[in-house]
Amino acid sequence: MLPFLQFPPSRKTVSISEKDVLRVAHLARIRVSKDELGRYQEGLSGILSLVEQMHDCNTDGVEPMAHPQDIQLRLREDQVTESDRRDAMQESAPKVGEGLYLVPRVIE
Amino acid sequence: MLHDHSLTVLRDMLRRREISSTELTRHCLDRVAQYSDLNAFITVDESGAMSAAAAADAQLARGESGLLTGVPIAHKDIFCTKGVLTTCGSKMLENFISPYDATVVECFDQAGSVIIGKTNMDEFAMGSSNETSFFGSVKNPWDPDRVPGGSSGGSAAAVAAYLVAGATGTDTGGSIRQPAAFCGLTGLKPSYGRVSRYGMIAFASSLDQGGPIARSAEDAALMLQCMAGFDPLDSTSMNASTPDLATLLGTEVRGLKLGLPKEFFDESVDGQVLEKVRDSLAVFERLGATLVDVSLPNSAAGIPCYYVIAPAEASSNLSRFDGVRFGHRSENADELLDLYENSRAEGFGEEVKRRILIGTYALSAGYYDAYYLKAQKIRRVIAQDFASAFEQCDVIVGPTSPTTAFPIGAKTQDPVAMYLNDIFTNTVNLAGLPGLSIPCGFDAAGLPVGLQLIGKFMDEASLLSAAHQLQQETDWHQRMPAGY
Repeated sequence: MLPFLQFPPSRKTVSISEKDVLRVAHLARIRVSKDELGRYQEGLSGILSLVEQMHDCNTDGVEPMAHPQDIQLRLREDQVTESDRRDAMQESAPKVGEGLYLVPRVIE
Repeated sequence: MLHDHSLTVLRDMLRRREISSTELTRHCLDRVAQYSDLNAFITVDESGAMSAAAAADAQLARGESGLLTGVPIAHKDIFCTKGVLTTCGSKMLENFISPYDATVVECFDQAGSVIIGKTNMDEFAMGSSNETSFFGSVKNPWDPDRVPGGSSGGSAAAVAAYLVAGATGTDTGGSIRQPAAFCGLTGLKPSYGRVSRYGMIAFASSLDQGGPIARSAEDAALMLQCMAGFDPLDSTSMNASTPDLATLLGTEVRGLKLGLPKEFFDESVDGQVLEKVRDSLAVFERLGATLVDVSLPNSAAGIPCYYVIAPAEASSNLSRFDGVRFGHRSENADELLDLYENSRAEGFGEEVKRRILIGTYALSAGYYDAYYLKAQKIRRVIAQDFASAFEQCDVIVGPTSPTTAFPIGAKTQDPVAMYLNDIFTNTVNLAGLPGLSIPCGFDAAGLPVGLQLIGKFMDEASLLSAAHQLQQETDWHQRMPAGY
C-alpha cells in the first residue's frame, strides 16, 4: 500500500454480499457462475474498501465535475451526415439475415 | 544498424533517399518476427505494410513527402483499422474487423507512415501491466521476467526493443506514461481534447486520450504533430491549432519554474526512483530552470475517485457489447437475456467484468450520491489543486510511477495493489492535463526510471521542450536493452 502521509486511509472495510454481486451482475447483464461468485465478492469488496477513502476528502460546497473541459459541448446543424452503410456495418455482426440483426425469439 | 536511428532521423534518411521504405519496413518486420516472444504484437500486417512501403517509395521517388512518409510505426490495438483486426486485447473482439479507420489511424495514413501492425494491450485498456490481455502478457525488453507496464504495454515493448521507432498508445489513468517509464521511453498523454477519440475504442470517455510512445521527445513531438488537431467526428475535440515543431521543442527552459509536489516525493516511493528523479531535476537546474515546492494536498483521493469514475463510464461504454451487433456471441443461449449475459460472461475477462460490476454498483439506485457524485466532487477538488499549484510554477515534476517494472504475476491476484501503480498519473487524467514521462536513469537492477512532467491545459510545448533539452544533455533515452 502506498498511502500519502497527509491522507490517513480510512480504516473502514466494506464487504458486499453474494446477493449484491448477483444483483449488480444482473444489472450489468453478465452471468456470474457459482464458482466465480466468491472471487467477485472478494474483488469488489476490496475495491469498495479502497473507494471508501473518498469520504476522508471534504467536498462540502463543491460542484461536481463531470468533464475536464468545463465548456458546453459543441452542437452541429441538424442535418443528415451519415450515408447508409448498413451492409458494411453488418459485416462484423455475428448473425444477420435480410439486413436484420438476428436474436433469439422474444415474442411468441 | 537501421533500427538504431530515431523516428526523426529515419524520416529524414527516407526523404534524402539514403534508404528505401521497403528496405526499412522489411527490416522492422524481420525484427518483429525475431523477437516475437516479447508478444508485443497481436496482429502483424505484413502485406499491408509492404504495399504501403512500396507506395511510399514511389511517392518519395517523385520528390513528394508527407510528415512521416515511409516510416514504419505500430498502433495500439484499441484504434480501429479498416480491414485489419482490432481486438482491444479482448476475446470479445477476437474476430472484429472495423468498417472504418480511427481518426488517428487516418492521420498516420495521410502522413504516409507504414503500419507494421497492432500492438498488445490490457483488455479494453484496463490494467497496468498488460497481463489482462486475452492474447497473453508482454515481456519487458529490459527484463523478460518483468511487465512492460500497461495498458499500452505492447506499444512500449515494441519501441523499447527497437522493433519500431514509434507507436501509438492511449492513456486513461497512466496507460501511456507508466509503460513508457517501465520501458525507458518517452510517452506523452496530451491534454484532453488534443487528439481525436473517434474510432478509439472507449473505456472511460471523459478520461481517455491517445498519444505517442517514442524514444525521444523530438520523436514524440513529431508524432503529436501527426495525431493532434480538431476532428468534427469527436464532440470533445478541441478546436485549437497544434503548435509547430519549433514551439514544441524550442520553448525556453531557462527561467522555467518546475513545481515539486511534496506528496509526490513521499517516503513511500521507492528510494532509487526518487534519487534518479532528483538527479534529473539537477540537470534542469543547470539548464536554468528553478525548482519550487508546491502541494497537491488531495492527490491521495485520486485513486478512489478514479476507481469510481473510470468503471462507471466503462460500465456504460461497454454495454454496447451485447452479442448482437458485433463481437463475441454465445452459442449457448435460448433466450435474449441468456444471449446478453452469456455473450458478455464469455467474451470479457475477469478484470473487465470486475470493473463493469463496480461501475454498475456505483451507478445503481441508492448508491449514486455516495459514489459517483462524491467522486465527481473530488474530481473538481483535484483539478483545483492543480490550478493552485500552477499559480506558483509552469510545470509539475515527480516520479511517473512509485516503483520500476515489477515481476510478471506479482500483482495479478490483488487488484487494489495493481491500481496503486497509477497514483501519480491518474489525477492528471481527472484534471484533463497533459503529462509526459521520460527516462531519467536506471535502478540497481538496471531497470528504467521514469520522470513525469505535468503541464497546464494545452501546454504540451513546455513539457516536450523541457524534455528535449534535457535529452540534449543526457543519454538515458538512447540506452538500449541488452540483446536487441
